[in-house]
Amino acid sequence: MLSFISSTPTPTLTNRTTTTTAAFLKPYPIHLNKTGFCSYKPVCVISDKSMSSAVHVNDEPVAAVHERPDLFGRFGKYGGKYVPETLMFALTQLEAAFKALATDHQFQKELDGILKDYVGRESPLYFAERLTEHYKRPNGEGPEIYLKREDLNHTGAHKINNAVAQALLAKKLGKERIIAETGAGQHGVATATVCARFGLQCIIYMGAQDMERQALNVFRMRLLGAEVRAVHSGTATLKDATSEAIRDWVTNVETTHYILGSVAGPHPYPMMVREFHAVIGKETRKQALEKWGGKPDVLVACVGGGSNAMGLFHEFVDDKEVRLIGVEAAGHGLDSGKHAATLTLGEVGVLHGAMSYLLQDDDGQIIEPHSISAGLDYPGVGPEHSFLKDIGRAEYHSVTDEEALEAFKRLSRLEGIIPALETSHALAYLEKLCPTLPNGTKVVLNCSGRGDKDVHTAIKYLQL
Amino acid sequence: MLMSVTLKTSSFHLHQKHNNIINPIFRIASPKSLSFNSTMLSTQAVASSATLGLSDTFTKLKKEGKVAFIPYITAGDPDLSTTAEALKVLDSCGSDIIELGVPYSDPLADGPVIQAAATRALARGTNFDSILNMLNEVVPRLSCPIALFTYYNPILKRGVEQFMVTVKEVGVHGLVVPDVPLEETEILRREASKHNIELVLLTTPTTPRERMKAIVEATEGFLYLVSSIGVTGARAQVSGKVESLLQEIKAESSKPVAVGFGISKPEHVKQVRKFCNVFKFILSCNKTHCLFEQRKRRILRIVLSNHPIVLTQSE
Repeated sequence: MLSFISSTPTPTLTNRTTTTTAAFLKPYPIHLNKTGFCSYKPVCVISDKSMSSAVHVNDEPVAAVHERPDLFGRFGKYGGKYVPETLMFALTQLEAAFKALATDHQFQKELDGILKDYVGRESPLYFAERLTEHYKRPNGEGPEIYLKREDLNHTGAHKINNAVAQALLAKKLGKERIIAETGAGQHGVATATVCARFGLQCIIYMGAQDMERQALNVFRMRLLGAEVRAVHSGTATLKDATSEAIRDWVTNVETTHYILGSVAGPHPYPMMVREFHAVIGKETRKQALEKWGGKPDVLVACVGGGSNAMGLFHEFVDDKEVRLIGVEAAGHGLDSGKHAATLTLGEVGVLHGAMSYLLQDDDGQIIEPHSISAGLDYPGVGPEHSFLKDIGRAEYHSVTDEEALEAFKRLSRLEGIIPALETSHALAYLEKLCPTLPNGTKVVLNCSGRGDKDVHTAIKYLQL
Repeated sequence: MLMSVTLKTSSFHLHQKHNNIINPIFRIASPKSLSFNSTMLSTQAVASSATLGLSDTFTKLKKEGKVAFIPYITAGDPDLSTTAEALKVLDSCGSDIIELGVPYSDPLADGPVIQAAATRALARGTNFDSILNMLNEVVPRLSCPIALFTYYNPILKRGVEQFMVTVKEVGVHGLVVPDVPLEETEILRREASKHNIELVLLTTPTTPRERMKAIVEATEGFLYLVSSIGVTGARAQVSGKVESLLQEIKAESSKPVAVGFGISKPEHVKQVRKFCNVFKFILSCNKTHCLFEQRKRRILRIVLSNHPIVLTQSE
């Protein structure tokens, strides 16, 4: 039997078609039988074996990184299930259903088919030639920048990977009513889309303020047959939409599945959403091998809740030579008090069912975040990011609204790709990162979404 | 058998009618301040210094053959001086335990009424220190124990141990933390018991029986039975499931049970009482145990008359 790290089938040009099939359920050891076919065995306990196979970060052993999360849904001290008792049964049921997928080949087959023919996977790993040129130093040296084109997915962002898988899961659970929260509207659109595709009732909670900022996406959701409910409580943004979706779930838990859109929330969501997005990293590994015969050196992704970053990072967490960089929203600036830089400036607490870093005041009340990007405008962050930060495996930086807008314009001009404002944060960090990288460093940036939805916002700031 | 009714309806001072949570938009109007009847304010000067804790209160009530009455109010809505008066009034009118809500920015388990109360309280600058100051003055004048209802993050922010020390100092007896299910209570329970605070756990209609058994085992003071699936707020009627849930609980434990969430009308109380009467055969519950005595009826009427919201919300 192979240990967990080496059990990930090393992609070669001959077995590449298996990459998508093995898209998720990485926490479970994969057993290769004599014929070379993979069979999955769900294992959810921390065994001695998994403890002993701990990776080393900066030569310090990090216990049980492979079994993230543990039996209680914890990544170190982060994660867990901090929810009203009413939801506990549903979470247990969801976890069991998710684990059962590991051996459900029909589900895997159906999901793979939809990801390929409906979502349009795999998404290209695109060499951004002119962007690379832009960051070349006077001596002609500099890093090579590749974009993982999640913006080319159906609905224009990575969000659909998770939405499609959870909708299939809801059908398996026999739940015909779907609820979801949305900030920028991308997850709401993705959810409304898959609900239309599978004939499920769809209710989207969205902050009233976000509905104004993202009117186009509100119309898209309604066009797709979803009911969009405005949330006026609190700050009328993503955190309140999430709270309201959780309240709906508490009330209708017996008939309803909650398609949570990030690697946040109570266990098993952070694990499950990560696994449904892990296809991003898996494809990247395979594509990197095809393009330059190696791994990426640096991965860059924006972090709000952190789903696109986790989707890209997860495959490479155990490859300690691969640098993982998450970029948060610094809004008007880190010292302005108006930002969404949770990992950079937040403190540990509990929000929406999980322990993680969050933006809070001295009394433990949640603070209203700010970002020009509605998708990053969240006071919490996925618990696994908090864990990766604490153990030093991933680094997190932040860029301001202004820097993001510049990057928004830069990519449009240099590559003919209009990125989402969320993605623009990751792109903006290249300004600081690239000058520090040795010649030929392979940087893969997750181009998590397209920016058509943000044109309406950008028009107010950019003088063209 | 002992059964109490937790009147988890709203802030004490909410007068306007709210739309149901299902509607996409609900109106939050400014609350009218509550004026107290002067006779109601004639609270006892100073309560006996040895106020009983939650379990002891139930033990005493059981001996007296009484059913407990546990009203809920949100601290700081519309302001803390009103909360202080409300606590005294509720106490003098015969509350057996008072559940005091600490306003929180993201109250996941609460419906629109308590959400709105918390938002108003926070907007008026209510914070934990000011609540403690208020309690420090008021608790010595109360004869019934206070159970704080608070979400977990404000506890974590202070540090679990420091939180317990502080609330014990101001005379709080019990604690209800709605977003910490059994699995996550370990630290809370340890620190609470170290400081003699009774940590009340909740069970719900979706809780499987085995799990409920573990919760009943671990809860202190009493078991909080959430009467129906959902968040707090008034409902048209008490779920029919309450009866069978109570049966199941009583088969597992003799700990006292409080029925809460949406118990908001006199009919609800009558209904829950009816279940109780049903139980007299199974649980040797003397009929008198289950009858609300006069003072309870009166306080209920007083509370309800100050809560038009309760009477109008679902109508």
